[in-house]
Amino acid sequence: MASPRAEQISRPPSLLEVIGNRLFRGSTLIVAWFTVALVGWIVVSIGRQALPSMRAYGLNFLEGTVWDANRSRFGILPAIVGTLYSSILGLAIGAVFGLAIAIFLSEHFLSSAVDSLLKFLGLAEDSWVSWLPDKIEKVLRVTIELLAAIPSVVYGLWGIFVVIPFVRPAADWLHSHLGWIPIFGTGLSGPGLLPAAVVLAIMVLPTITAISRDSLAAVPPKLREAAFGMGATRWEAILAVFVPTAATGIFGAIILGFGRALGETMALAMLAGNSNVISWSLFSPANTLAALLANHFPEADQIEVGALMYAALMLLAITLVVNIVGTVILQRADAGLKGLR
Amino acid sequence: MAASFEGGRTTSQLDLESIERSLRRPRTLFSYLMSMLTGAATVVALVPLFSVLYLLVKRGAMALNIATLTSLPPPPMAPGGGFGNAIVGTLLIVAIATILSVPLGILGAIFVSEFGPETRTASAVRFAAKVLTGLPSILAGVFSFAVVVVATGGFSAPAGGIALALLMLPTVLLTAEEAIKGVPARMREAAIGMGATPTQVVTRVVLPTAAPAMLTGVMLAVARAAGETAPLLFTALFSDFWVSGTHPYFLPKTIGDVMKPTASLAVIIYNFSGSPFENQIALAWTAALVLVMIVLAFNVIGQSLAGRSVD
Repeated sequence: MASPRAEQISRPPSLLEVIGNRLFRGSTLIVAWFTVALVGWIVVSIGRQALPSMRAYGLNFLEGTVWDANRSRFGILPAIVGTLYSSILGLAIGAVFGLAIAIFLSEHFLSSAVDSLLKFLGLAEDSWVSWLPDKIEKVLRVTIELLAAIPSVVYGLWGIFVVIPFVRPAADWLHSHLGWIPIFGTGLSGPGLLPAAVVLAIMVLPTITAISRDSLAAVPPKLREAAFGMGATRWEAILAVFVPTAATGIFGAIILGFGRALGETMALAMLAGNSNVISWSLFSPANTLAALLANHFPEADQIEVGALMYAALMLLAITLVVNIVGTVILQRADAGLKGLR
Repeated sequence: MAASFEGGRTTSQLDLESIERSLRRPRTLFSYLMSMLTGAATVVALVPLFSVLYLLVKRGAMALNIATLTSLPPPPMAPGGGFGNAIVGTLLIVAIATILSVPLGILGAIFVSEFGPETRTASAVRFAAKVLTGLPSILAGVFSFAVVVVATGGFSAPAGGIALALLMLPTVLLTAEEAIKGVPARMREAAIGMGATPTQVVTRVVLPTAAPAMLTGVMLAVARAAGETAPLLFTALFSDFWVSGTHPYFLPKTIGDVMKPTASLAVIIYNFSGSPFENQIALAWTAALVLVMIVLAFNVIGQSLAGRSVD
């Protein structure tokens, strides 16, 4: 049988196809640039709306502690302090748990535990259960990811009816017995920083877990083997070798988690109390930039909208810086690990 | 201490005690305790998830029936009512967001992964998409307010849809890029060898092959968008009425129907969560149950598609 000639299975593109190709490639290029321009467009459009109130209030806006639309007095210092305080609190809780879970998953604690249980029961050789360890670990991973799938407004609802009643007795006890310590300086009258921070921690946890687990999993096997070969216990290896090697990635994960916490809106609008108070107390009501926007925007008049746009611009500036720093750190982490492989 | 191996001495002198694992040794005990602690932390972190799911079923399932799903929100004090308009509104707003973000995200991903993967434009796009991923959702709402609400003079479903599209775009783009990267090079080369133009390679070979994985990204983006509340608060606002006038028809009949405040599940949960009336609070839980079921359904569909992609 003769092999087919080139003309039989292929042909040069027709003029129409060449033109279509040019148009299609051009359109993808335009869309690509549109994506880049979108970031600029967001900054410019919010900035332009904020311009009148930037002129009117200047830097006093950042120092003011009153938000009163009736008297046209606007200041966001309590909101900035509240944003940073609640985010750092939430991040501290979320990072501890997130990192613990990342180690738990990347070291395959669960599957090895199930494995030894199966061996103990003498079932390890049976093919109908040998898939169990891997399967259970996958279920755990998906379950952790599900934490991120629950909408924040649902966490807010849960926070109102579960977290606040749950922490309230403890908070009141701490306040009445240890009230001289600034962080217990007030009682929890309902909404407050601590319940908001607890919910924030839940929301940043999946981000921190996912990225840290990836960085821990990317630790080169030869480092692993070397550590164990030198007789390190599992946790000596984790703390002295794996975590330091993955440190840049873990740090990037925490920074990105911080970015999420700074911009998280619903949990704080529902749980922080929306009150312009600056207090060290964990139980005091507070306000954040995002919650301020959520609570005031729907019913704002022209002047207040201007002030809110100014506040939005500040939030945008803070989160952009944090996110860019986090993204750059993660890129560095990726590049750094390449040298070790 | 461990025995040394100098002078031809053999393992008989090796102190086996010293290398044996025993919980009496502080090193092993520490390791054991830390393992227990991380296990405990993992269990504690899962408590909120199960607590949320348990309460959603316990408090939300009571009022879940056909009437709740098909009637309008009740005024304060009144019994009964539902959130049918909010379900329709959520579907409408998410549909608008999907129609806007998916083509843009996929075209951008095609450029980044196929036509110019090594160019500066591509790295700029990747960086922009990563930065947009971290954009607080409420700022997407502020952007849509500044660009759409101010220009059209009112709150509307498209204003909400554009805000959500902004949040979906980076997810769609980055997952589509990964999906396209997963298409084997030999398939591209075969098409090129047969004289296909780059466009034909992309539309006839790369996209169909990458479709399941790209759809996973779209599903995850839709799931996230459906649950977003903050961007809708002052773009779509809320409405106590059906999208199309007084009738519970799914589709709006005119442009005017769309260009007015639109209800959504997320916003009704927020509004009713602070309500002093028992009936409205109960409805907030039921709406939350429905919203979580929708979100989880999209997640599950997305995940199951991901497992199916071909090599």
